Amino acid sequence: MSIIVYLIPVALALGGLGLAAFLWAATSGQFDDPEGAAHRILIDEDKPMGEPASADDAFRNSAE
Amino acid sequence: MNALSHTNASECASSLPLSKSALPGTDIQAFVRKAGHASRLDLSVKGAKCGGCIAKIESAVNALPGVQGARLNLSTGHMRVDWTGALTGNEIATAVSELGYGVTASGTDSEGTSYQAEERSLLIAMGVAGFAAANIMLLSVSVWGGAGEMGAATRQAFHAISGMIALPVVVFSGRHFFLSAWRALKHGHVNMDVPVSLAIWLAMGVSIWETIQGGPHAYFDACIMLIFFLLIGRFLDARLRRRASGAAHDLAALKNRSVRRQNSTGAIESVRANEIIAGDMILLSPGEQAVIDMTIAEGAGEIDEQLVSGESLPRLVNAGTVVFAGSVNLGAALIGQAISPATDSLLADIATMMEAGEQRRSTYRKIADRAVALYVPFVHTTAALSFLGWIVAGASVREAILIAVSTLIITCPCALALAAPAAQMVASGKLFRSGVFLRSGDALERLAAIDHIVFDKTGTLTLGEPVCLVTENTRKALPIAAMLARASRHPLSRALVTAAGAGPLATGIREHAGLGLEANIDGHVCRLGSAEWVGAGGEVAGEGPVLWFSRGSEPPIAFTFEEQLRDDAKAAVRALETEGYSLEILSGDRPSAVARTAGALGIGVWSARVSPQDKAARLEALRDEGKRVLMVGDGLNDAGALALAHASLTPGGAMDISQSASDAVYAGGLGSIPAILRISKSARQIMLQNFGLAAAYNLIAVPIAVTGHVTPLIAAIAMSASSLIVTLNALRIRHGKSGSS
Repeated sequence: MSIIVYLIPVALALGGLGLAAFLWAATSGQFDDPEGAAHRILIDEDKPMGEPASADDAFRNSAE
Repeated sequence: MNALSHTNASECASSLPLSKSALPGTDIQAFVRKAGHASRLDLSVKGAKCGGCIAKIESAVNALPGVQGARLNLSTGHMRVDWTGALTGNEIATAVSELGYGVTASGTDSEGTSYQAEERSLLIAMGVAGFAAANIMLLSVSVWGGAGEMGAATRQAFHAISGMIALPVVVFSGRHFFLSAWRALKHGHVNMDVPVSLAIWLAMGVSIWETIQGGPHAYFDACIMLIFFLLIGRFLDARLRRRASGAAHDLAALKNRSVRRQNSTGAIESVRANEIIAGDMILLSPGEQAVIDMTIAEGAGEIDEQLVSGESLPRLVNAGTVVFAGSVNLGAALIGQAISPATDSLLADIATMMEAGEQRRSTYRKIADRAVALYVPFVHTTAALSFLGWIVAGASVREAILIAVSTLIITCPCALALAAPAAQMVASGKLFRSGVFLRSGDALERLAAIDHIVFDKTGTLTLGEPVCLVTENTRKALPIAAMLARASRHPLSRALVTAAGAGPLATGIREHAGLGLEANIDGHVCRLGSAEWVGAGGEVAGEGPVLWFSRGSEPPIAFTFEEQLRDDAKAAVRALETEGYSLEILSGDRPSAVARTAGALGIGVWSARVSPQDKAARLEALRDEGKRVLMVGDGLNDAGALALAHASLTPGGAMDISQSASDAVYAGGLGSIPAILRISKSARQIMLQNFGLAAAYNLIAVPIAVTGHVTPLIAAIAMSASSLIVTLNALRIRHGKSGSS
C-alpha cells in the first residue's frame, strides 16, 4: 500500500493541472462571451477561390 | 423554437425594432478615445443574434482602412474597435448600421465592469472549490469504502491530506460568504451567510480536532461541497445581474448621445451629453431629439413631445419656452440654453417619485429572504437543542458537539440557496431569448403577483404616428397637398405624404411656425396648416387631428387623421383579458384620442389628460384598493408611475429614464406581455416548489441528524441529492408552455 504515497501526490498534481488550465481560461476572458464562442465556430472564413471556367473544370479541380 | 432565435442572418437584423435610438444627430466621434496614433471606440450593437451576424459585422468593420481589430461580444452586444489613421467613429458606426443593425456609442461602463469582475471572481472561487471537492471526495470515498479494513493510521493520513486541501480552499473560496456574513452582522442583520459561515467553521474545527485525535469522522468533504454548491447559486445570481445591467445599459441609448454646443466664439462643436453644464448654449437641428432640458433662446417652431408628455400633437415653442429631453424638433434649427434638471418642476417631481419607488422596491422582501428569516432561527435552535439534549442524556461533550455540527451541516441551505437563483436564471434566459431584458431577479416574483394592468396610450398601445384617412372628398387634393407636406417634419404632414406616396416637391415653400406651409403651385396660392391659416373659420371636421388645405379661392378641404394601434395590441389585450387581468388606460393625450383607442381595444376603464402626478396618484389609489398593478409605459411622463407600480414594463424604444424605472424592457412588441407574465408565474411556482422540496428534505434530514445517525457519508449524499433535485426542477421552466404567443 506504500504506493499511495506516490499515487496521491500524482493524482493531486494532475487535478492541479486541470485547475491551472481553468484559472488561465477564466482570467484570460475565455468565458466572457459564451454565446459568441458557440456561434464563431460556424463562421466560414474561407473565401471562394474564384469561379471555375466550366462544370468540367470544377469536376477536375475537385477530383485532383 | 420561437421567432427570435432563428439563425438566419437576414432575419436577425430586422428582429429588433431600431426605435428612437437610431436617430440622426448623434456624433459617434465624440466617444472615440485616442492614445497617440491609436484610437479605440466602444459600440453597442443591437440585433446581432448568430454567427452570421458576427461574421458580417466584423468583416465589414475590419475592411475599413486602418482597423486593427474589431471584436463583437454576442452575449452583451458590445463591440470594441481599435484602429490607427484618419478613420472617424461615424464611419465605423455607419458601416455597422448599413448592414441593418442598431448601433450606439457605449461609454466606459464602470457598473458593467464591476459586475464582470464579481462574476469572474465567483467563477474562479467555484472552480477552486470544485477541484477541492473532487479530490477530497476521492479520499473520503476510500475512507468510507474501507471502513473496518483501513488501518487507523491510513485513515488519519487521508483525513490529514483532506484537511490540508480543504483549509486553504475554505479560506479562499468561502471568503465570499464570510465577508458577506461579517458585513451583515456589523449592521446588526442576519442573512443566509451567517449560518453558512458558522456551520463551515464549526465543522472545520471539529474535523481538524478529530483528525488530530485520530477519530473516525471528518467533515472536510461536506464543508467543501457546501461551499461549491452555494457558489453555483451565487454565480448564477451574479451572471443574471450582469446580464440584466448589461441589457439595461445597452438600451439606455440616450445617455450616450452627443450634443452640439456653441462655444464663446460662436463655433459649433460636438461634445458628449454628460459634459454639458447648465448655461451652455445648445444647437437643436431640425429632426434632432433634445438630450438635455433647455430654455429656447433663439428661434421658434414646433416640437414633438410624444415621449415627454404622451401628447400626440406637436407643441409650438419660441424664445423662453422650456424644452424637455426627449422632445424632437420638427421645425427650423433652435438654439437653447441648458438648464439643470433640479431647477425644473416636472423633472424634479418625476425624480422624487422615482426615488420613492426605488425605496419601496428595496423594502420588497424576496421569497428567498422570507424563507431565510424562517430558516435561520429554526436551524440554530435545533442544533443548540440537540447539543443540550445529548449532554442531558449523558453523552460526552465531544459526541454532543459532533451531533450538533452534523445537524448544522445537513440542514445547511444548499437547496435553499439554489432554489431561487436556479429558477430565476432559467426563466430570465428564456425571456432573454424572446427579447425581454429583466433588470433584476426579483422582478419575476413581482410580475407573477400582478392582477391589474395599466397601459399608457401613445407609443405603448399605439404606434404614436397618425394615419391619414383618405375620403372621396380629399382624394383629389391629396397629391397637391403632399407637394407642400413633403417639406415638413410635422407628424401630420408625414402621414399625409405616406398616404400620397412618392411625388414631386413644390418650389418656393414658405413655412410659418405654428400656422402652416404656403407655396405657389400652377399659379394658385396653396396653403396647408391650421384652420385659421387657410381661412376655414370655426368649422369642425370631425374628431381627431385635422390638417386644412386650400388652393387659390376654392373652399378649404380638411384632412383627418387617426392614430394607429400597434399590430399586436388587440391580440395582446384579448389574451390578457382571458387570463383574468383587469385592464386600464392612463394617458396624457386628449380625451377623444384616448376614447377611440380604448373603444377599439375594448378597454372600459380609461382616463385622459392625466399629468405625471395624477398617474402616480392613480397608482397609489389602486394600491390602496389592494391591487397589484403592472404599469406599461414608455414616456417621461410615465417614469414616476413605472417606479411606483408593483411591477413595470417598458417597450424597447422608450426614454432611458423610463427604462431605468421599469423592471423589464421588451423588444418584441405587446404580444410579449402575456408571455412575460406566464413565464414569471411558472418561475414563481417552480421557486415555491423548490422551497417546498428544501423544506421536505429538512423534515426528513433533521430527525436523522438530531438522533445522531448522520455520518459524513449520509451528509454528502443528502446534500448533493437535494441540490440536484432543486436544480433539475428549475430546468423544467425551459420546457414549460412556450413563451411566444
